[in-house]
Amino acid sequence: MILVFIEHQSSQYKKATLETLTYARKVANMTGKECVAVVLGANTNVAELGKYGADKVIHVTNEQLNSFDDKLYTQAIGEIATKQRASFIILTNSSIGKHLAGRLSVRLKAGCVSAVNKLPQIADSVKVQRGVFSGKAIAEYEIKSDLVIISIMSNSIPVEESEGKGVIETINLELPPNVIIIKQIKKVEGEIPLPEAELVVSAGRGMKGPENWGIIDELADVLGATTACSRPVADSGWRPHHEHVGQTGIAIRPNLYIAIGISGAIQHLAGVNNSKVIVVINKDPEAPFFKAADYGICADLFEVVPRLTEALKKFKNSN
Amino acid sequence: MNILVGISKTPETTAKIEFSEDGKSFKSEGVNYIMNPYDEWYALVRAIELKEVHGGEVTVINVGTISNETVIRKALAIGADKAVRINKETSSSWDTASQIAAYAKEHSYDIILIGKETIDYNGGEVGGMLAEHLGVSFISFASKLEFDGSVFTVEKDIEGGVEVVELNGPFVLSAAKGLAEQRIPNMRGIMMAKRKPLEVIEPISDEGFVTISQFTKPAEKVGIKMVDPDQMDELVRMLSEESKVI
Repeated sequence: MILVFIEHQSSQYKKATLETLTYARKVANMTGKECVAVVLGANTNVAELGKYGADKVIHVTNEQLNSFDDKLYTQAIGEIATKQRASFIILTNSSIGKHLAGRLSVRLKAGCVSAVNKLPQIADSVKVQRGVFSGKAIAEYEIKSDLVIISIMSNSIPVEESEGKGVIETINLELPPNVIIIKQIKKVEGEIPLPEAELVVSAGRGMKGPENWGIIDELADVLGATTACSRPVADSGWRPHHEHVGQTGIAIRPNLYIAIGISGAIQHLAGVNNSKVIVVINKDPEAPFFKAADYGICADLFEVVPRLTEALKKFKNSN
Repeated sequence: MNILVGISKTPETTAKIEFSEDGKSFKSEGVNYIMNPYDEWYALVRAIELKEVHGGEVTVINVGTISNETVIRKALAIGADKAVRINKETSSSWDTASQIAAYAKEHSYDIILIGKETIDYNGGEVGGMLAEHLGVSFISFASKLEFDGSVFTVEKDIEGGVEVVELNGPFVLSAAKGLAEQRIPNMRGIMMAKRKPLEVIEPISDEGFVTISQFTKPAEKVGIKMVDPDQMDELVRMLSEESKVI
């Protein structure tokens, strides 16, 4: 069977999780196997998973699983995978997925590849691909174990509804107590996290100072986009470091990346060049970013950005 | 506090990435190598800071051939006390984790720190593997690590925010931006590094199940469309009708 691990927050599923489930459904179709979703901890919404292709949902309801503890989660998923003879374990390439992929790989003696961005090729062995050298290249990996563990990069596959029986099986496992105590979760409210965002508005040193960010926020608001920034901007404290995209920040692959006042150093491009469409606004015609862009506007950003915001408002109102 | 820090060698961030004609191997000729930034700037420096406050020793460990010793000496110059090199070119994250785990099992560390990923293969898999080998917890993407003498408090990056967790050692932690500030080795550090112990040990045999079968370069952009700054309505139209992204 194809085991897909489902992350949830207060019984809700993020887009990235449903993408992972869609991916697993497709692997199940390719292999003629059953798609089994595993949900850990309290969740009142497991029935919905059938709608996205789960044939079966195994819901483990031990209280210790209500908060994330990597050792317990690994044990629970590992036990189910072994008992049900999983041939794939499919995770989301998220914070939680990052904790689990390597652990499960060692525990179950299985090959693992994280941040996979395409469906696999399945023959005698399994081949998957992911970005390497911070987006400057793509590597195809061959996995030769009977069990294959992969984590799926967000925005790699669109969410699809499909027919799964969604039979729910509720179980309890014998698990030790938690060793990790979660004291607090601080979330940035109301914004889609950068790795999941489909639309991103990003700005760099051309902004001249943090006090000028109003025009960026307005553009992002109108678009419904998430804001990002270049490394110098994060390093000088103009913007929080979680907004930093690039080789030593977050690598993203949104549908639209608007780069404003960013020259496009190779380290920055590495983190964003998998974006589907790139728009560059820069007054320097020699800015290297223009070479990586689909659309370029060579002009003063302080004049162009408000104009673009106005044009988008008009567009949104007429639709 | 005894801390083990895993360090890797990676091409520098501006290196030109090229592959052999058959796409089977990375062309390393003419490439300058550095210590992986996440290992150096964050994991190593935070380990040294904790040692400076709580005492103990910082050991750096690297899986690699003799050519990696430049990077290892730099870690010693920054302030690690001693170094271990496991003498083989690593073949995968599985290989690296198995080699480090075999060494760590023979020694006793309060915590093990590594960078959140290497900037070449970007797998971020070694930490979880290592933690499972050692049967300890793994905390990934840590941006803050404090120790009050008995309990560790960690802030780690999660989607759209941070999570604050408490736990006891030992554990494996992967370091993200914010954990520490980069340190530049000074002359005294560089001189002292030459006399610090660097032990070379032979690898165990454990190759794992994953190999890279092919490298390719992403498709080049076909050409940019320049848009007149007075024509923002036209840009919006193209984004909507041609690119279909809004």
